[in-house]
Amino acid sequence: MTATIARPARPNFARRTWMRVRLLKESPIGMVGAFLVAFWVLVAVFAPWIAPHDPNESNMDALIDPTPTAVNWLGTDNQGRDILSRIVWGSRTVLAVAPLAVLIAYTLGCLLGLIAGYYRGWIDQVINRISDIILSFPAIILYIIVIMRLGPSAMNVIMAVVFIATPQIVRIVRGMTLELREQDYVSAAKMRGETAFYIMLTEILPNARGPLIVDACLRMGYTTITIGVLGFLGLGLPPPDPDWGGMVKDTYAMMTIYPHMSLFPAIAISSLVVGFSLLADGIREISLRD
Amino acid sequence: MLAFLGKRFLSLIFTMLAVSALVFAAFEFTPGQVARKVLGPFATQDQVDQLTERMGLNRPVYERYWEWLTNTASGNLGTSTLYKTEVNNIIWDRLGNTLILAAVAFAIIVVASIFFGIAAGMREGSKLDRAISVASIVTTSVPEFASGVFLASIFVIWLGVLPGTSPLESSGQWSIAAQLVLPVSVMVLYDLGYVVRMVRASMVEVMTKPYIRTAILKGLSFRQVILKHALRNAMIAPFTVILLQINYLITGVVVVEAVFAYPGFGRMLLEAALAQDIATVEAASLFAVFVTVTTQIVGDLGYMYLNPRIRFA
Repeated sequence: MTATIARPARPNFARRTWMRVRLLKESPIGMVGAFLVAFWVLVAVFAPWIAPHDPNESNMDALIDPTPTAVNWLGTDNQGRDILSRIVWGSRTVLAVAPLAVLIAYTLGCLLGLIAGYYRGWIDQVINRISDIILSFPAIILYIIVIMRLGPSAMNVIMAVVFIATPQIVRIVRGMTLELREQDYVSAAKMRGETAFYIMLTEILPNARGPLIVDACLRMGYTTITIGVLGFLGLGLPPPDPDWGGMVKDTYAMMTIYPHMSLFPAIAISSLVVGFSLLADGIREISLRD
Repeated sequence: MLAFLGKRFLSLIFTMLAVSALVFAAFEFTPGQVARKVLGPFATQDQVDQLTERMGLNRPVYERYWEWLTNTASGNLGTSTLYKTEVNNIIWDRLGNTLILAAVAFAIIVVASIFFGIAAGMREGSKLDRAISVASIVTTSVPEFASGVFLASIFVIWLGVLPGTSPLESSGQWSIAAQLVLPVSVMVLYDLGYVVRMVRASMVEVMTKPYIRTAILKGLSFRQVILKHALRNAMIAPFTVILLQINYLITGVVVVEAVFAYPGFGRMLLEAALAQDIATVEAASLFAVFVTVTTQIVGDLGYMYLNPRIRFA
């Protein structure tokens, strides 16, 4: 005999996601963050149509007076290149490298964290030890060593970020797994004879998602800072393609004469990171409420 | 207690060994490149081989690692190819300069984070709390080089009251103290927000405890409740976080020193790395890791002392 229990129809996935996104309205701070991030995502997607000039084209006439004009709205840089166009194209670099790096770090970090927390024992010890060693490096030294050894490129920046971020994610996921593996629904799944990987990925991980989403959002911000800092230190992407940190580095020496050259890219990167951080805070605030 | 200390000390040595091996391996696994780098692209393979042999680079990597390790342990840090002198001759001066910068920044971070964190956390959800929380999110989100640009625009270019670089020479128009203001401000701005949020979270939790209610009900003034009952308890959890900021300072000084041309450890490390000066980078990373791991041990000990409920076996 099968008894059917009447229950309200569950809205489909797209609708549920949209309902969650709309919750953000309740946090004004989260809305400001979402607006800033959305702004830069749109700029990055539509860069070819928004940018008024070629970002790498030098205009020798502009070198005489690089300050903002009707043609170059934000002025030109030390090589006569249009700053607005470089900022617009630079958003593509950041918004391609940061999500990719965070995604790879999360895939690795969740996998290792789940394994360490679920199986415990020697494999936990090994993963923990290695994480400890990586975490005891000051991050900047690792970045310097990795980039110095492998040379500056987008791929190597991603690798360096993944190398640093993965152990931090492992720690968070492992801690939550240790707690969640004692839950009844995990015992139930074991009793049903589910495989360990099924339990980890469909029972434990989805129930750990709340804090992980907040952390991922914050981490996007920090990764953006890292990409900017590496660019500023001369360890980022090779020239001439625009990246915001590199733009500040190239023009910082001329700060006292032409502050606009450094100021605009500095504002660009700051607003994007502030966006990610406020968005993370908004999501956290709403998830704590219910 | 002694057993705990011994265990942590062993783990310190283990970590340092692992780190030094990693750094060593990262740089020296391909010894042929070192000689190639010294001689340039036009040297013949024969010359490269000769130099490789003369530098002892053709020996197995573990043998060279052991030699480097014993040298380092006896205080010989090798010769810097960038500064053309022994690493020992430069690293200590640079460390001293950085210590001034880091110590001033750290002192301000500790005092200010306790002040703002307590002010925000004593009445959760108040206007003051919201203002401090949002401000701390915003300041931690501005990269150091960007806040360097912002502060320099205001105080150097617009107002002209501070110097834009900090070479730490008092010969010019600016005193050493004036040269320290901007680098310290940039580090404090970036790091403060995070610590403030930690202190605030701890304070919010303490304020819900029964002993706070008791203190209020027995008629103490709000001020006394905060200072006598809440403050000490609210400082236990953030203690480790505050100490861990010493690790951040190591990363922070690399960027801040690059922004303000400050002659410290961080800039030395960056310059050496860009010039592929292996001996200097190795010595600097080893030192940085030593600071990091020691801070962790001190953090654990302090936590134990502050919180009598925790005792490590």
